[in-house]
Amino acid sequence: MKKNRLMRIALPLLVLAIVVTAWDRTVCVFDIQPFVLPRPELVLTTLIADRSLLWHSLLVTLGITFEGFFLAAAGGIALAVAFNQWRVVEYSFYPYAVILQVTPVLAIAPLLLIYLPQPLAVLACAWIVAFFPVLANATLGLNSVDRNLLALFALHKASRWQVLWKLKLPSALPQILAGLRIAGGLSLVGAVVAEIAAGSAGAGSGLAYRIAESGYRLNIPRMFAALLLLSAAGVAIFFALSALSHLALRRWHESALPRDY
Amino acid sequence: MQSAIPGASIVSLRGVGKTFDNGTVALERFNLTVREGEFVSLLGPSGCGKSTALRIVAGLSGPSEGTVDWADTGRAGNKSIGFVFQEPTLMPWRDVAANVRLPLELSHAAGAPAQTAVAQALEQVGLGEFARSYPRELSGGMKMRASIARALATEPPLLLMDEPFAALDEITRFKLNNDLLALWQRLRRTVIFVTHSVFESVYLSQRIVVMTPRPGRVFTEIAVDAPYPRDEAFRTSAEFAGFCRTVSATLSQAMMGGVR
Repeated sequence: MKKNRLMRIALPLLVLAIVVTAWDRTVCVFDIQPFVLPRPELVLTTLIADRSLLWHSLLVTLGITFEGFFLAAAGGIALAVAFNQWRVVEYSFYPYAVILQVTPVLAIAPLLLIYLPQPLAVLACAWIVAFFPVLANATLGLNSVDRNLLALFALHKASRWQVLWKLKLPSALPQILAGLRIAGGLSLVGAVVAEIAAGSAGAGSGLAYRIAESGYRLNIPRMFAALLLLSAAGVAIFFALSALSHLALRRWHESALPRDY
Repeated sequence: MQSAIPGASIVSLRGVGKTFDNGTVALERFNLTVREGEFVSLLGPSGCGKSTALRIVAGLSGPSEGTVDWADTGRAGNKSIGFVFQEPTLMPWRDVAANVRLPLELSHAAGAPAQTAVAQALEQVGLGEFARSYPRELSGGMKMRASIARALATEPPLLLMDEPFAALDEITRFKLNNDLLALWQRLRRTVIFVTHSVFESVYLSQRIVVMTPRPGRVFTEIAVDAPYPRDEAFRTSAEFAGFCRTVSATLSQAMMGGVR
């Protein structure tokens, strides 16, 4: 068990070391210019040198990501509850939720940018991408409640509110949390896509904009540094949501229990 | 106060039929009268409509035809029926005490009286020490005990049990049979017990209602007039074996299309 855990940490680190070394050696041996492919060390020094600029951009992007995520979580769960409570609402709106999801957000972004002020358009993109997994998972969870427990609630003449609050929502919690975990990563994607589509400069420019801008200026090290920050942000969001899910489910749900085999 | 007299009818089903939306006829002209304080079993093969009959008594499903008549005090409000399902049907996110408290919560009973009722129900099924455990930490038999405690929490005069021990191993089943009988003698609740086990029905009940396969009808009723308390000695007695033989023979007649 302990050995297994060690391997799970050591092996990815080993892979990272090999890839970074190979990258570094390749750049040296073939004498590749920094504006084509910078050495890993240069990426790190750029990250430190441009820290105030990049940090500011990171905060902008993260701000939009979180706003988009919270709106998606609230909207997705609220809509799923509405679907579950009133069939008419589900039949009326579900197809449009699907259409919104299957239309590539990159194609919607330019339109949104015409009609909405830029920060709002970026937020709308983050929301559109992130809300569907919450809606889909929460709907699945709310509809998969144990039939016998529903019968038990009916036997005791439970109100609709009691069934929702004491039975359906807790029983759907694992699926809702799974939806939120996907939504966390996707709201970052939505924010980045919209920033790139927006492409205009300004004081409030996020990391994605920095990447696009550095690309135009052939400042490849900064592109890498910004990219590194973006993936670090994505990983942090994923771990935070996984930890939340684990804390909420550890007492009872199969997914959070230690495995014997 | 008719119902206070032992043997007064608590509920009767008259000419009850149930046809499902897909056309399956689960019950046909089903008649059953259950008397106060009685332990009666519905015995029949899988799919003979036993569970359907129980759900109709519980009001979880309406009869397509016929009537369900309650004695005046038989169903005062919603708290007078306890239902135990085939599976423990516990909520995994609540600990045992909170699971047992659920029916009280749903009828807005709270505070100290509810707390006492929960503790008492857990004590009755021998789970007093496991109040804070989560369902996943319990064995199959203990989960079933928790489920029975939940059904007892509102102190219902009528307890409906739908093959509650079918999924348990024999040793656990025997133990739970004994405990259920002890509980029944102490509390004097009316019990309608659905089972497909001849031995279980003979061991537990005062009266066995043998049902025919689809559509479910009452084939005949057999009184098991062995005295209580029944224990392991009864389980191995010639008397018990005799009843089992009679009931088995009746059941196979019922299976062969109801020719008596």
